[in-house]
Amino acid sequence: MARMKFLCDADRCIECNACVTACKNEHDVPWGINRRRVVTIDDGKPGERSISMACMHCTDAPCQAVCPTNAFYTTADGVVLHSKDICIGCGYCFYACPFGAPQYPRVGNFGSRGKMDKCTFCAGGPEADGTLVEYKDYGTNRLAEGKLPLCAEMCSTKSLLAGDGDIIAQIYKERVTKRGYGSGAWGWKTAYRETIAT
Amino acid sequence: MATLFTRIGSIVGAIMLLVLVAVATPVSAQQPSSVNPTASSVQEDKLLQELRRIQGRITIPDQRASVLEQPAGRDWRQFQQVTLRWIGGISILGILVILILFYTIRGTIKMSRGRSGRTITRFNGLERFMHWLTAATFIILAISGLNFTFGKNLLLPLIGPEAFTGFSQWAKYAHNYLSFPFTLGLVVIFFVWIKENFPGAIDVEWLKQGGGFVGNKRPLARRFNAGQKIVFWVVALGGGAVAISGYLLMFPFYGTGVAGMQTAQVVHGIVGVVLIGIMLAHIYIGTLGMEGAFEAMSTGEVDLNWAEDHHKLWVEEEMKGKAPAGGRTATART
Repeated sequence: MARMKFLCDADRCIECNACVTACKNEHDVPWGINRRRVVTIDDGKPGERSISMACMHCTDAPCQAVCPTNAFYTTADGVVLHSKDICIGCGYCFYACPFGAPQYPRVGNFGSRGKMDKCTFCAGGPEADGTLVEYKDYGTNRLAEGKLPLCAEMCSTKSLLAGDGDIIAQIYKERVTKRGYGSGAWGWKTAYRETIAT
Repeated sequence: MATLFTRIGSIVGAIMLLVLVAVATPVSAQQPSSVNPTASSVQEDKLLQELRRIQGRITIPDQRASVLEQPAGRDWRQFQQVTLRWIGGISILGILVILILFYTIRGTIKMSRGRSGRTITRFNGLERFMHWLTAATFIILAISGLNFTFGKNLLLPLIGPEAFTGFSQWAKYAHNYLSFPFTLGLVVIFFVWIKENFPGAIDVEWLKQGGGFVGNKRPLARRFNAGQKIVFWVVALGGGAVAISGYLLMFPFYGTGVAGMQTAQVVHGIVGVVLIGIMLAHIYIGTLGMEGAFEAMSTGEVDLNWAEDHHKLWVEEEMKGKAPAGGRTATART
């Protein structure tokens, strides 16, 4: 079984935000919710880097641990998903998430955070694969169709990698060896408690 | 002299220029393959060590998403899943065990001379209303609050995920909306009762004598004894803390970021479970633990013998102040 992970090669990301747009379009994500975002560190200074970030589908996921209604589950592929039928919109997963992944519709109107929404690794939700019900709540289920997440698939510089952790780590390692440098797999230590030795 | 200095200055300038060129030349002559752009770039480990979180700039409208990483979320998880449960378990079960033991040993504290049949007004309508407004909302807030921390272990296995979500959803609404009447009750209580709740020398004596809970002493007290004063300040300060931290959580990103909300939840959780423990003791002594005490908050009229047992100085003040001619504030009731 694969262990699905994301890896953003910060030395390649050009902050084009195409991953953000692709995600929004593919899953028909409502206005105000961003399952994926690109953050630029030290913007405008020498050495600035951009990182595309979404849910990292953590090992031993904090959101899953703190959820008061046990709305989360981890699939056999290591993808962290949740049920919007079980979610009550309390906000706990947002406090616990190291990556700011959980999003809520109507944030700010008191007491009425809606059902949480986050990146599904293009793997839908608990409903039957490929159904309209699943699409409405969670977006398309590309994984069930044998495809990888769209954000990584269409990344123009192949900065964003998605797939089995061992394979994308290998690709990244080879890149670093060939070009002679690499700033590491951002978020991996926090999400998976591991780093890629380069 | 001036020209000499100018000359020296220009010579020094020329030498420095030569040195700079000499230093810079080898760098620009290097092959591109040996350039390491990450040497000067931002490093994840370094950023996390400096600030424990990484923040940048984003181009999407939601500027709150500019925090890239906040590993502190994992500390909060540890608190939420382990620390808070221990504190909550110990404070609630611990108080219950103490109360059961105390009841077994001491039983209900009776009036020393039995009922007199005459009553005295202890709490007026406003006082009873503000008490029950706060008390009723507190009980619902406590149950719905405990559901967040213990529900998935205690209630979820009993009623199943769908029913549990239905309950938790309503519990969340109740928790959010009933916070407003709770806060209102708290504010009124604070202003109405504060003048009688300042600590004094008499309270030290009351505490020294164990409040009459241990042994058969009846330490003197005015309208509120030291125990009641402690409850007042616990409610005022603890209630204030849960109210403020609660509103910070209810209005996300108003005045706080993620780190602020984590802190607010820690305060809210700890103060909440400690308050529940103390209120269990308060409920016990107001009902099962003491004969004649509950009447103070139900009808507002307490038996004169009860009042003299527990609040002798208050009874004397009432009798003297309101009826100097030996008349009776106390009304006979049959």
